Amino acid sequence: MARLTMARRSSRDRLWWWAVFVGCALPLAALGGWAATGDLGVNPIETIVRHLGDWALRLLVLTLALTPLRHLTGSTRPVRYRRMIGLWAFAYAVLHVTAYTVLDIGLHGPTLVDDLTQRPYIMVGMAALLLLIPLAATSTTGMIKRLGGRRWRRLHRLVYAAGLLGAGHYLLMVKADITQPMIYIALLGLLYGVRAGRWLAGRPV
Amino acid sequence: MLIRVRAASDPRPSEITPEPVYRDRRRFMMGAGALALTGAAGSVGLAPGRALAATADDYAALAGVVESPLSTDEDPNSFRQITTYNNFYEFGTGKEDPARFAGRLETSPWAITVDGACAKPGTLDAAALIADHRLEERIYRLRCVEAWSMVIPWVGIPLAAVLTPFEPTGSARYVAFETLEDPTQMPGQRSRVLDWPYREGLRLDEAMHPLTILAVGLYGRVLPNQNGAPVRLVVPWKYGFKSIKSIVRIRFTEEQPPTSWNMAQPSEYGFYANVNPTVDHPRWSQARERRIGEWGRRDTLMFNGYGEQVASLYSGMDLTTHF
Repeated sequence: MARLTMARRSSRDRLWWWAVFVGCALPLAALGGWAATGDLGVNPIETIVRHLGDWALRLLVLTLALTPLRHLTGSTRPVRYRRMIGLWAFAYAVLHVTAYTVLDIGLHGPTLVDDLTQRPYIMVGMAALLLLIPLAATSTTGMIKRLGGRRWRRLHRLVYAAGLLGAGHYLLMVKADITQPMIYIALLGLLYGVRAGRWLAGRPV
Repeated sequence: MLIRVRAASDPRPSEITPEPVYRDRRRFMMGAGALALTGAAGSVGLAPGRALAATADDYAALAGVVESPLSTDEDPNSFRQITTYNNFYEFGTGKEDPARFAGRLETSPWAITVDGACAKPGTLDAAALIADHRLEERIYRLRCVEAWSMVIPWVGIPLAAVLTPFEPTGSARYVAFETLEDPTQMPGQRSRVLDWPYREGLRLDEAMHPLTILAVGLYGRVLPNQNGAPVRLVVPWKYGFKSIKSIVRIRFTEEQPPTSWNMAQPSEYGFYANVNPTVDHPRWSQARERRIGEWGRRDTLMFNGYGEQVASLYSGMDLTTHF
């Protein structure tokens, strides 16, 4: 099946696929490059954790921008890479949480328990990751078929909540300068607003 | 108090530094070579710490610095770590923003107004302050409220020695400090992240404590701008934000003065801000900290390990409410 689809792809499609793949992999490669050259800065663990979190959130927002982009451009190309970008966002989120628990707090039990029960920014961030798990698990073509398009689409609306929780996690973490998290929240507001507008006008969202 | 005076033949801390600094410089050159490798990364965000590799040699050495028995014998962090990773919101909220943007701060001449509840108000000239006092190297632990820490070889003057000549009156109970406010020199002040100018304060007995210093140098050399040149406060048993930088005004007051972080978020940052592993920041734990340069976390010490000297200042006080 996969081979058949591949065969029908034009070379231009393949080029696009690779461009998106490489684009999504680049932030991870950059991290590897900085680690190799000792360029992770004075607080390497902080750099790693923040960088992975930033890219999880950026790619998550990007997946949410693809449908509005299709409506805007009339091209279906953007949404064709939604699954891949979404899976990359999930991968960055998993790496972000892994880096935090293993590198940052060193799997220190009391800190972990404390974080998960008392720190709102950790709880909200963890909730975002938990919501992404069923989406990643049902991302295969087989799962879409098994669930049926309608149920699958309904399940995947969880991504709207995950986006807000991810941005909320960032907002709850910063000390005084809320510029960065507010940019994500504004972008999400815009993207959700566009959908709400189409839904109210009775058009597909 | 025993003060060991350094013999002329003894190596100065600044002479010991160049080795790691040299390594840093080499690494910087290698980093430049690796620029091609991570070139595409430019579109992804700049590599942290790139192009910030100033060395201690770029700063003028201070003469006649003596060691202090109040110094810790822990290994100090490198000049590069201390000068490229810190908070100084007047230059931006990123950790490397101070190193990037503090260059435009003009630190000479520099006057500090001293007034309020004192018999002899007046002005302190930063250059005269450095020339007139015996300079001590104080190697102190610094614990940031964000749960990271460093060991820093400051050069400074006990604050008590600076304040006493102004003869605070019997009614003076607090000392208030202010940082320069000038958005043309301090671009971070164009954004209202905090209510400028930055303000801090100490109780008079805290200000007069032997551990409290006005720092004028780092690693035996004049203070780099990003670390609070030309004169900053260092109170090693309190979270770093209490140690106000680039001071232009000192005032003796009868009432507890307003302080910047407390004004911004009173539930999170108290007036006292003593390092205390048992009282968490409302959003994160203060029990442990990352010493910059180490991978694991270490336990945070009560009063940042200075309890023996300062705990008596707070006897009978509930440190959970007076956090």
